[in-house]
Amino acid sequence: MSAQALCKEYGKGAGLVRAVHGVTLEVELGESVAVVGPSGCGKSTLLYLLGGLERPTSGSVRLRDSSLERLPEAQLARLRRRDLGFVFQAFHLVDELTAVENVELPALLAGASPHAARVRARELLERVGLADRASHLPSGLSGGQQQRVAIARALANEPLVVFADEPTGNLDSAATTEVLRLFEELHANGQTLVVVTHDERIAATADRLISMRDGAFVDETKLTGGSSRRLSAMTGLEV
Amino acid sequence: MGGVVELERVGPLQGYKLRIVQEVLLALLAKEASHGYQLQARLALALGPLGGALNAGHVYVTLGRLEKAGLVCARRVGQADRPDRKVYELTAAGRERVHEWLADTSWPKPAPAEFHLKLVAAAAAGLADPVRLIDEQRGELLRGLREAQRAALAEPAGSVAGLLLEGVVLRLQADLRWLEECARYWNATKG
Repeated sequence: MSAQALCKEYGKGAGLVRAVHGVTLEVELGESVAVVGPSGCGKSTLLYLLGGLERPTSGSVRLRDSSLERLPEAQLARLRRRDLGFVFQAFHLVDELTAVENVELPALLAGASPHAARVRARELLERVGLADRASHLPSGLSGGQQQRVAIARALANEPLVVFADEPTGNLDSAATTEVLRLFEELHANGQTLVVVTHDERIAATADRLISMRDGAFVDETKLTGGSSRRLSAMTGLEV
Repeated sequence: MGGVVELERVGPLQGYKLRIVQEVLLALLAKEASHGYQLQARLALALGPLGGALNAGHVYVTLGRLEKAGLVCARRVGQADRPDRKVYELTAAGRERVHEWLADTSWPKPAPAEFHLKLVAAAAAGLADPVRLIDEQRGELLRGLREAQRAALAEPAGSVAGLLLEGVVLRLQADLRWLEECARYWNATKG
């Protein structure tokens, strides 16, 4: 997927806000990219533009052969459901549905048979370690468990890209570790991931880190190629 | 040639690693006499994936030093089919050193003063953009965090080495947050 000269403006005249200002980005298949920056730097807006949740003022987003900004609303919604997965800070689970019903929902909306959707949802809950919580309502789950259900839901249609907006923003340290473990696993399985975060631990799971300030990219760092030698040096154990 | 003064780089890091091996070996001997291989194995268990940095040779060299300093004494024990092995025991002086070490509250690398001064000096002399230096340092720390986190996730629950890795992770997080504060400050001074 790629983005060319993306801009998003809100308001007019003196009230004009340039939330995203000329961002160009390419994400390889299987790559994990983290976007970091202070609050208000435009990173969440960028994620919404890349995920087709908002339309850019100018510029384009390409996913495989489609230009997202050119698609009519109905087609864009279909593409989002089928090819993209979303994980949000506040989980956004449907409170009235059980864990397994939440997870199967995207597959049902995409036209899967109820049986196939249920089988897949159970597999996904198993994968996130919540097989025994399948019939719980979100209110009966901890924050970490709710986020794991949300991650399972994001994977329901085997999306090309999973987008996550501050996935650990509402979680304590232990729950963050659970989510970290899942992200590492997804990444190891070749899932393409774009994560917006100010959590250093989540950022450190990425292959590539992009720093944003005032709506634009200011720095890009490759995080691959670490070594246990570096680790030892940081512990003060280097010999 | 000439005129070039080689700065001696026996800084705090080297002093620290030397000290940690000496004092830890002494402390491990406080309960009972032991031999080098056993001491090495106990260190390796406590350090987990970080243990690679301390090789067996280092343990034996350190034991030799401790013996010379009169902190341990060694005796040879015969083994069937194998060369004798040396068993080390704490001396009274060694025991005293262990107690001093346990009571010592100095903390390694307590303050990021060096990096702070690097930024101040770089900005004052126009040598480099402090924000650039911060970005590069952040990348380095994040690569370290990535490694530490992966190693920590790979440890089984309840592993003692996992506890050490958790410490590395938390410390790197704190350093990264401080770098954010640095970035904010130096960005503002750019105007």
